[in-house]
Amino acid sequence: MKIMTCPINGPRPVSEFFYWGEIRPMPDPDTCSDDVWADYVFNRNGAPGVKKEWWCHIASNTWFVAERDTAKDWVLRTYLIGDES
Amino acid sequence: MIRLPPVPGEWIDRSTVVPFTFEGKTYQGYAGDTISSALLGAGEKVLGRSFKYHRARGVLSLANHDVNAVCQWGDRPNVRADVTQLQANMNLTAVNTFGGLDSDKARILGTFARFMPVGFYYKAFHSKLLFPLWERMFRGMTGLGKVSFDTPHIRTPKRYDFCDVLVIGAGASGLVAALTAAEQGAEVTLIDENNRAGGSGGYALGAEASRMEQMTEQLNKVLAHPRIRLLTNTYAAGYYTDHWIALVCSDVLIKMRAKSVVVATGGYEQPAVFRNNDLPGIMLASAAQRLLYRYAVRPMQRAVVLTANQDGYRAALDLSAQGVEVVAVVDLRPDHLDGEPEQRVIALGIRVLSGYRIIEALPGAKGKSVAGARVGNGKSESETLPCDGIVMSVGWAPAANLLYQAGTRMRYTQSLEQFVPDILPPGVFACGRVNGVHTLSARRLDGQRAGSAAAAHAGFGDIREIVIPAETECPTHPWPIVAHPQGKNFVDFDEDLQLKDFENAVQEGFDNIELLKRFSTVGMGPSQGKHSNMNALRILAKLTGKEPQEVGTTTSRPFFHPVPMSLLGGRGFSPERRTPMHSRHTAFGAEWMMAGVWQRPEYYRRAGKDRLQCIQDEAVAVRQNVGLIDVGTLGKLEVIGPQAAELLERVYISNYANLKVGMTRYAVMCDESGVVVDDGVVGRLAEDHFYFTTTTSGAATIYRELSRLNTMWQLDCGIVNHTGSFAAVNLAGPQSRALLSRLTPLDLSAAAFPYLALREGVVAGIPARLMRVGFVGEWGYEIHVPANQGCAIWDALIAAGKEFDLRPFGVEAQRLLRLEKGHIIIGQDTDGLTNPFDVGLEWALKMNKPFFIGQRSLRVIDRQTRKQKLVGFILDAQFNSSVPQECHLVIDRGEIAGRVTSIAWSATLGCHIGLAFVRPELAEANTTINIRLTDRTTVSAKIARTPFYDPDNLKQKEPA
Repeated sequence: MKIMTCPINGPRPVSEFFYWGEIRPMPDPDTCSDDVWADYVFNRNGAPGVKKEWWCHIASNTWFVAERDTAKDWVLRTYLIGDES
Repeated sequence: MIRLPPVPGEWIDRSTVVPFTFEGKTYQGYAGDTISSALLGAGEKVLGRSFKYHRARGVLSLANHDVNAVCQWGDRPNVRADVTQLQANMNLTAVNTFGGLDSDKARILGTFARFMPVGFYYKAFHSKLLFPLWERMFRGMTGLGKVSFDTPHIRTPKRYDFCDVLVIGAGASGLVAALTAAEQGAEVTLIDENNRAGGSGGYALGAEASRMEQMTEQLNKVLAHPRIRLLTNTYAAGYYTDHWIALVCSDVLIKMRAKSVVVATGGYEQPAVFRNNDLPGIMLASAAQRLLYRYAVRPMQRAVVLTANQDGYRAALDLSAQGVEVVAVVDLRPDHLDGEPEQRVIALGIRVLSGYRIIEALPGAKGKSVAGARVGNGKSESETLPCDGIVMSVGWAPAANLLYQAGTRMRYTQSLEQFVPDILPPGVFACGRVNGVHTLSARRLDGQRAGSAAAAHAGFGDIREIVIPAETECPTHPWPIVAHPQGKNFVDFDEDLQLKDFENAVQEGFDNIELLKRFSTVGMGPSQGKHSNMNALRILAKLTGKEPQEVGTTTSRPFFHPVPMSLLGGRGFSPERRTPMHSRHTAFGAEWMMAGVWQRPEYYRRAGKDRLQCIQDEAVAVRQNVGLIDVGTLGKLEVIGPQAAELLERVYISNYANLKVGMTRYAVMCDESGVVVDDGVVGRLAEDHFYFTTTTSGAATIYRELSRLNTMWQLDCGIVNHTGSFAAVNLAGPQSRALLSRLTPLDLSAAAFPYLALREGVVAGIPARLMRVGFVGEWGYEIHVPANQGCAIWDALIAAGKEFDLRPFGVEAQRLLRLEKGHIIIGQDTDGLTNPFDVGLEWALKMNKPFFIGQRSLRVIDRQTRKQKLVGFILDAQFNSSVPQECHLVIDRGEIAGRVTSIAWSATLGCHIGLAFVRPELAEANTTINIRLTDRTTVSAKIARTPFYDPDNLKQKEPA
C-alpha cells in the first residue's frame, strides 16, 4: 500500500486518504462557451505526467495538494494550499 | 541404507521418530523431515503423478519450485510435500490419481499424448456443441486436491510490522547484507522461507566443511545481533507500493512496511530438457545436496551428474563424499575452466565427459525409476551409463519475482546467460545470485554492498563502495535442451509440456512470450514457471531467431507461492454507526435496516401484525395523533463566519443571504454538471452562523467536499461537522405541539414559532435546537440535542407522549408519509443524471444568483428539450393484482418511456400512490401510463398531481 504524506499529520497509509482528482482551473462561467464549459465538466486528462491533485486526509479532514508523477506513481511533494513555494 | 549416518548440520532429530501414512501405507520419518525427505528416507521414490499424462514423479527441486509431490492431508488440499514439515500421524494421499499413486489408471493417457496437442483446451472448447461434453470430462480429469466444504472457517488476523531494512533470503549474500545494514545502525528484519537460515551455504559444499563453517559463523553473528530479527519459515508473497511486503509465516500474514528492501532471493536451479527427464531419481543438483545435508538422505546409489558449471562438480563431490557412486560427470561444455572443483573430481577418478549431453534417460520398471543415461557428443557413438539417478546442474534463473513486482527493469547478460537487475527502483536492492553474482566469496561481498546501500537509503550510515569481481565462468548454459523424436522431454513439469509443444505453438502463430504462455499454459501451473519459464524463453528465442532480451519475460504477479486461504480470509471489517438511541429502538422491537453506514429502525414489530401492517399503522398514527422518529443519522453541519452565507450561496441552488435569522429553507445541492446530489435544510442561527442538514448517506462526502471548496475559495468562515455530536428526532403529527408544550417553555404558537422557523430553547431540561419541518406532511418539530442527551430527550418525549398515543415510527413509514406529501428522496427518486428541472425543483432554483455549483451547466440544460419529468401516479382504488415495484418500466407504444421510482399503499388515500419518471408528453395529469411488471404483464396507472396528501399545506397552518 502506498504512503501519502499529509502536510499536517505526516506519512500515513493511503487508505486514510481521499483522492479527489487533478486540480484544474475553472473557466469563467459567464464568458466561456458551452463547449469550453462542457470540456471542463466532463473531460479529464488521462495522459501520464506530473499532476497537481487534491487529496484529503480523511481522519483530520485536511485538504492539501499532492504533486504526483502519474507515470511513475511517485508522490513528489505535498503541501497545504497557499504553501506552494 | 538410504538414511546416511549422522551428517554435520543435519536438520533432522533422530531421537524423535514420526509415524505417518502415505497412500494407506505406514512410514516413519524423523522430526525435522519434510514429507518428501521422509518418504525418500523410507525408500519411496515415486511421490506423485503428473498433471496430464499421470507419469510417475519424484523429487525434482525439493524447494517448492515444482509440484511433483503434492498431497491431500485430511481436508487440506495441495500440501507441498517437498517443503511441508512432517507431523506425527499425518494421513497423506497423492493428489490427481485414479486408483492410487502406485497404479494410477490414468497413466494410459501418456499413450494418447499425440491426441492431446498443445493448446488442447482451446481446440476442444472451440466447438460450442461439444463444450458440455468436454467440460464434464475435464472437470472429472483435472484439478489437484479435493476441497472439503465442511472445513471450518479459519480467520487469521493480519499482523502489521515495520523495519528499516527488510532482507529477503538468508543465504550467503542475505546474511551478510543483514549484518552490514545492522552494523550501520538499521533495524533489520531478515526472512527465509526455509526452516533454517543459511541457504546454499548449508548444502552446496563441494565436500568442503569450511563452507558450512563460514555460513554458521555468519548465522551466529546474525542471531547475536540486537538489531536483527530473523524470521524463518516465512516467505515474501508479494511486493506492493512503497516497500509494503506481504510476509507469509506458517500461521499468520504480516504486512511489513520497510524503509528499504534487499532482495537476496537467490536463483532457481533449472532442469535440463532431455527425453524422460522427469523419471523419479532425476533431480536438480541442489535438491540432491539438500537431501544429503539437511535430511541425511542418500538420493541414489549410482549417479550421473549432468552439468555446465562448477556447481555441478561440487554436487558430484558432495554425492561422492556421502557414499554415492558417481558414474560420470557429463559436461555440456566442450571447453571449460579446469577449476579447483573439476580437479578434485578428476582426482577422485570420476569420468568427466566434456561436450557430452544426455540424449535420454532410460526408464526402469513401469517408469517408476531411472535405469540409465544414454549420453553422446554428437560425433561418436552414444553410450549408455547405467545409474539409478541423474543429477542436473546446468544453470540458474534469478528468483526475481519480487524485483519484477517492484518495477525493476531487468537486462539479459550474455556473459552470465541470465537476466539481472538493470535499473532498480529507489529503496530496492538486490544481491547474490538474483543479481548475477554466483561465486560464494563474491556473493558475500555483494551482500555487503547491498546491505550498506539499503541501510544508507533508510538513513543509516554511508554507502560503502565495494567492487564485485566478475564471474570467472558462465554459471548457466544457454541451451541445456536436447530434442528427441519420441518427445517426453519435459520443459514444464507442472503442465507436462514437452519441447515439441513449443514448436507446435510457435508454428500455430503463438510466437510472442505472452501468447505462448497462454496457449501452451507454460508457467501457468502451481509453481508459476519457477522451473520452466527460462527454458521456455530460450526455446522461443531459438525458434523465432531472437535474443532472450528481445523475447522478454512474462509479468510476475503476487503471490510468490500460493497463500493459504485461511491466512487471507481475515476478520470482516465493515464498521456501522448507531445513533445514541439505539438501545431504545431495540427495546421497542425495532427491525433494523442499513441506511448508508447507519443502522436505522425500518419499523417496530408488533405482536400479531406483519411488516406491512406495522408500517401502515405507524403512518396512520402520525396522520391521526403523533409519531416520533430518530433522524440523528442526518448530516448535521455548521458554518460560522462573516462569509458563511456566501459559502451556502455558492454550494446550494437557492438563496441564503436573504434568509432571516431564526428561519430555515430547503436546500438542494448540485454537482458541476447540474445533477442533484444532496438535499437538506439550512437554518440561520445568527447573521454569521448557520446550522444545516444533509442526507443520511451524503453526510461524510458533503462535509468533505464543502471543506475542499472552502479551502479552495479561502472564504472567511469555518465548517464544523456535528453529525455524530448531535442526536435528532422528528416529532410529527396533529398532536405534536400539544405534546411538546408539556416539555418546553418555548412559545409554540404559530405566530411565535411559525412553519420553517428555527428556535433554540430547552426541551425536558435539555438545550435543544428546534425546527418546524414538514417532511412527513404534518405539524412537526425536528429537535436536535447533544448526543449524550439523545436517550433523555427520547425518554421524555415517550413519557409525555403516553396520553397522546405517541408512536415511534421507522424509516418505511416515513418514506410512505413523505410520498403522500410528494417529497422526493435524493438517490431514490433521483439518479446520477437527474437535474432540478426533471424533479420539479424550479421553484428552488435561483438562476439569477452570481454563481453556484452547477449553475453554468443548468443554463445549458435549461435551453435543451426536457427528456423526462418526475410525476405522481395512482393506481385504481380497486386495483388488487400484482403491484408494480420501484424500477419497473413505463412503456409507451412498445418503447421505454420512464420508470417507477417510489410506490406504496397509502391507507390515508385508499389507493397505491407512486412517483415515476416519464417522458414530458406523458406528464399531464390524468394521462394513463402503462407500467410493465417483471412477469411482462402491464398495469395501468393515472398521472396525478402531487402532493397527494394535503395539497394546500393546510396542516402547517393554525386551524381557522
